[in-house]
Amino acid sequence: MQSFLEIFDIYLLEAMVNGILLGGVLALLALGLNLIFGVIDVTWICYAELVMIGMYGMYYLVQYYGLPYYAAAPLTILLVAAMGALLHYLVIAPLLGAAPINQLLATGGVLFVLQSFATVAFGIDFRNLGIRLPVLQFAEMHFSYSRLLSFLAALVGMVVIYLFMTRTYTGTAIRAIAQDRQIMALMGVDTKKIYLVTSALGGALAGLAACLLVLQYDVHPFVGLSFGPITFLICVLGGLGNFVGGFVAAFLFAEIISLGGLFSDLEWGYVLAFAFFIIMMFIRPGGLLARRQ
Amino acid sequence: MNFRQLIPWVVGAALIALPFVYRDPYHLHILVLILIWSFAYTSWSMMGRFGLVSLGHGGFMGVGAYVTALLWNHLGISPWIGIPIALVCAGALALIVAYPCFRFRITGHYFALVTLALSGIVLQIITATRDYTGGSLGYTPDRTKGSHLAALQFDDKTTWYLIALGVWGVGLLIWRWVDRSMDRYALEAISEDEDAAAAAGVNVTFEKLKITVISALMTALAGALYCQYQMFISPDTVSGIAVSLQMVFAVVVGGIYVALGPTVGAIITIMLAEGLRIGFGTKAVGWDNLVYGVLLVVFIIFLPKGILGSLLERIKPSSKR
Repeated sequence: MQSFLEIFDIYLLEAMVNGILLGGVLALLALGLNLIFGVIDVTWICYAELVMIGMYGMYYLVQYYGLPYYAAAPLTILLVAAMGALLHYLVIAPLLGAAPINQLLATGGVLFVLQSFATVAFGIDFRNLGIRLPVLQFAEMHFSYSRLLSFLAALVGMVVIYLFMTRTYTGTAIRAIAQDRQIMALMGVDTKKIYLVTSALGGALAGLAACLLVLQYDVHPFVGLSFGPITFLICVLGGLGNFVGGFVAAFLFAEIISLGGLFSDLEWGYVLAFAFFIIMMFIRPGGLLARRQ
Repeated sequence: MNFRQLIPWVVGAALIALPFVYRDPYHLHILVLILIWSFAYTSWSMMGRFGLVSLGHGGFMGVGAYVTALLWNHLGISPWIGIPIALVCAGALALIVAYPCFRFRITGHYFALVTLALSGIVLQIITATRDYTGGSLGYTPDRTKGSHLAALQFDDKTTWYLIALGVWGVGLLIWRWVDRSMDRYALEAISEDEDAAAAAGVNVTFEKLKITVISALMTALAGALYCQYQMFISPDTVSGIAVSLQMVFAVVVGGIYVALGPTVGAIITIMLAEGLRIGFGTKAVGWDNLVYGVLLVVFIIFLPKGILGSLLERIKPSSKR
């Protein structure tokens, strides 16, 4: 009995740590979405598809052009950042005055476009980088290096964004616009430019997430569906536009998925997470950290 | 009865007569698909036209299809009883999710994303219970050994065409019924301004709940019919986010505010998919969605009222829709 408990605890601990490691990347994705929502007041339904394109970018740069991983990553981040800016310029900007739900649906259309573009251009095969990182063993627990690396890189990415938002003029302007959209235009801030910069920044975060996720998952045109919905739920759970809430919610979600997957199949982890989300929406409709009215 | 009132009767009679005159099975198959999906799209737009953008209808459709098929395969319950049970399940699901949503005033983006979670849950549950549902490989209702009528399985395309036509007609009648009821005015007021509507004496939660449940029941029926007709369902074809978005897309293209808009949307999307499939064969995999997506974006930017909506507006600019 004693030994059974010990083994059980080790697995539990391992699942919990893996949950935290998963949470890092999810938090990164949630940060990107929250940034765009907080500043432009638009939900990019196709956010995970940008990540998918980024993962293909990594795959082609590394496998076909033979670039080393660390050289391909910045290129991918730039590529996805450019796509984010383009998405804003082509789709969101003409719709800024329309009903918010139209913007949401338009990005839903972009989701179809990106998914089927990937199907047409890259085929539906599962592809991977072919980089296999070793497994770290620590006190009878196993963690993959790729997850650890992702977690650390995600943290670094978030710190960089934080510094950018607090220490630079553009970052301050972005935060100011998130607080009051109308007034900032009167204060001499070029909102169009700021929107474009924010979109590019959101894209860059998706690109970074792509570089990290490609280490852990095979890429295929529908890979976005496996973490896209989760990302939205995290953002809503944390309160759309609330950076800290999104961060907390990401780790909560990751733990639920990871622990749920420990006791049963991985799908049940997702079911639990979704159910938790719906219940939390009723308890705290404004997000986890929202003040009660 | 003047000429205008006669049109629906003439068109209806022509549609009923069609399979007896024209019997090409492939074209009838396409027509049945168009009718079933039109019904599903109509049921989505019942809510969508009032600003209740749900991305959870893939979930309702999945419940309708899978509950019917599971009851038939595992318990031998005829779809005649199974479909009502499936409808009750979908209705209950709609109540469970929608009531708190409306009670706590979750609207707009938030409503769309909560319902998105709903379709995610249904998809994951179907995949997770793969021992019963076949998971992502799909599921086939057993072929009946006894009566075709009791099992609601017909090999004959004409029968299916008539069933689908009837259901589609009922869908349009429900639309018309809502369109002429007081609920429509209440819901339009709610979609403009909830507080003002409540102040004017509209029971906001009840009205929204009513239209949501009607919409969910209709969607579940569409799912069950699709399952009985195709005899094959998979999580990707009847549930999940892709199906939900597909519904939204077709309705937006056809026209969200007019009764026949979803039907026009279904005709366009299905003809497009079939046209590409015939024209390009297996090379066309993905192309139909690519065209859909581009069209969806273009429509939302330039023609938010949809093809039929914009056409009708152009034909009779002054009369009410």
